[in-house]
Amino acid sequence: MRSNARKESRNTPSTERASLGLKLATLGAILFLHIPIVIIALYAFTTEDRTYQFPPPGLTFNWFGVILERADFWRALVLSLEVASVATFTAMAFGSLIAAAVYRTQFFGKETLSLLVILPIALPGIVTGIALRSGIRLLDLDFSFWTIVLGHATFCIVTVYNNVVARLRRTAYSQIEASMDLGATTFQTLRYITLPTIASALLAGGMLAFALSFDEVIVTTFTSGAQQATLPIWMLTQLTRPRERPITNVAALIVTAITFIPILIAYRYTQQAGEQ
Amino acid sequence: MVTDAQTIQTKKLSTPEYLSRFFFNHPRTVLILLLAVPLTWLIVFYVGPLLILALQSFFYIDDYSGTMVKQLSLNTYAELFTPPNMEIVTRTVTMAAAVTLVDVLIAFPLAYYLGRFAKGRIKSLLYLGVLLPLWSSYLVRVYAWKLILSNEGIANWFFEVVHLTGVRDWLLSLPVVGGSSLSFSYLGMFMVFVYIWLPYMILPINAALERVPRSLLDASSDLGAKPGYTFRRVILPLVFPGIIAGSIFTFSLTLGDYIIPTVIGNSSYFIGPVVNRLQGTSGNVPLAAAFTIVPITIMGVYLLLARRTGAFDAL
Repeated sequence: MRSNARKESRNTPSTERASLGLKLATLGAILFLHIPIVIIALYAFTTEDRTYQFPPPGLTFNWFGVILERADFWRALVLSLEVASVATFTAMAFGSLIAAAVYRTQFFGKETLSLLVILPIALPGIVTGIALRSGIRLLDLDFSFWTIVLGHATFCIVTVYNNVVARLRRTAYSQIEASMDLGATTFQTLRYITLPTIASALLAGGMLAFALSFDEVIVTTFTSGAQQATLPIWMLTQLTRPRERPITNVAALIVTAITFIPILIAYRYTQQAGEQ
Repeated sequence: MVTDAQTIQTKKLSTPEYLSRFFFNHPRTVLILLLAVPLTWLIVFYVGPLLILALQSFFYIDDYSGTMVKQLSLNTYAELFTPPNMEIVTRTVTMAAAVTLVDVLIAFPLAYYLGRFAKGRIKSLLYLGVLLPLWSSYLVRVYAWKLILSNEGIANWFFEVVHLTGVRDWLLSLPVVGGSSLSFSYLGMFMVFVYIWLPYMILPINAALERVPRSLLDASSDLGAKPGYTFRRVILPLVFPGIIAGSIFTFSLTLGDYIIPTVIGNSSYFIGPVVNRLQGTSGNVPLAAAFTIVPITIMGVYLLLARRTGAFDAL
């Protein structure tokens, strides 16, 4: 407790205070970021079903019952969860492998490799999407569940890679050397030293990959077949042809709730890692 | 006499032990084993097609048959540089620049407060307040703005409540940025872009601020600098790479987005929707490819310039 207070006073001398203007600007930016999300929550309960009228004329839970019976929405949700799971799993494997290769060894093209991992997310989604689409066509693959996974896994590698490589760099290599000196095999070192060290980073990276995949729409429009509508694709159809506004409103709230869960968990993990 | 090394070598090794020794003695093989699958994946599914896409921009569509001629030529680029197409490029780049600028203005105070003054619980909450919108659904957030900007929505309601409908109408009557309503104008589209990419600006600025050493600020004030002077001459130059890092995101993401101009705005053309249309229904793949080269080139030049400022260390 005491050491905490002392640390804080050292970081910020008491003479320094944020000005009122700065506080207001901060508050304004936070409100700007969150009001639209609050509005999504509000509209899920509106009784108005033809316009986006504000303030809502009344509030109701009806639409939650209606969406329960919408098979297309639930199919899209299940497909998105499946795609995100497989893509995350693949990205976790690839991301860790690349991180393991990169973090200590010097080799030709190492910088290029790091760039290569970032590229699918750094380039505009439409470029990544078209590239993947032409790749799928060239390889004569059918557009299906697996082509969506292919695209998602490709741009998800970076989140896992970044987290794992950062953790590996911070971990003293001496632990691994000690393990080897004490006679452990590579597999024992991996099992008892390396994996426990990177576990939380791997998990946080995986969570972010999951959230990224679950939400992705631009690349997906290029890699999915006609039959596969992931949840974002379903939402996009609703957005461009707004006929069932209440359904879209409720779906938006459900999607927001679902995406918040992995973010909050990932946040907790990184917080804990930061405290260690 | 038998040396220790010889004893070890003659000792019978179990498979894991044997493999461990092999791995230790052959780091290159380990490297290849680690990278084989992911690298093949990236090259086959991504880099290869990306290069082919770039190559296709040098093909062209035959005017008479409407089919793609697989011969290297600059015909497609000649088409790209015609005034209507350049107008699309200029429009997109201007939008990206404006969005970036305003995002800096909104992000900086928040990042500054978060990095210099916020402590403990408030700091955690503010971080979460930036991260949640960043990672929550892009489409849902775009949809939220459709709700906000619609004629009967909250924005117009707000203008009426505070009796500022005159200001709104004046804004909408402005040339270029205006339009028939909030959701059918550049102004509306601009606000959505600013909103959607804002967290990408806050985080790098904040990261740069967090790294400004306390001692430098103390030194500056010890040497008699007033807070404003320290801010301008010490903090701002050190945070500048962070601003550039953030602008890489906001600029690139705006350049490549094709959802927002489709859902909100006055249906004038931006690079994203045009590329989508060209590679899809009307089938001019070479021109679509040439259009994608535009953001790639712009970002390439931007990244080269950004690297000089040290922005990559702020990512």
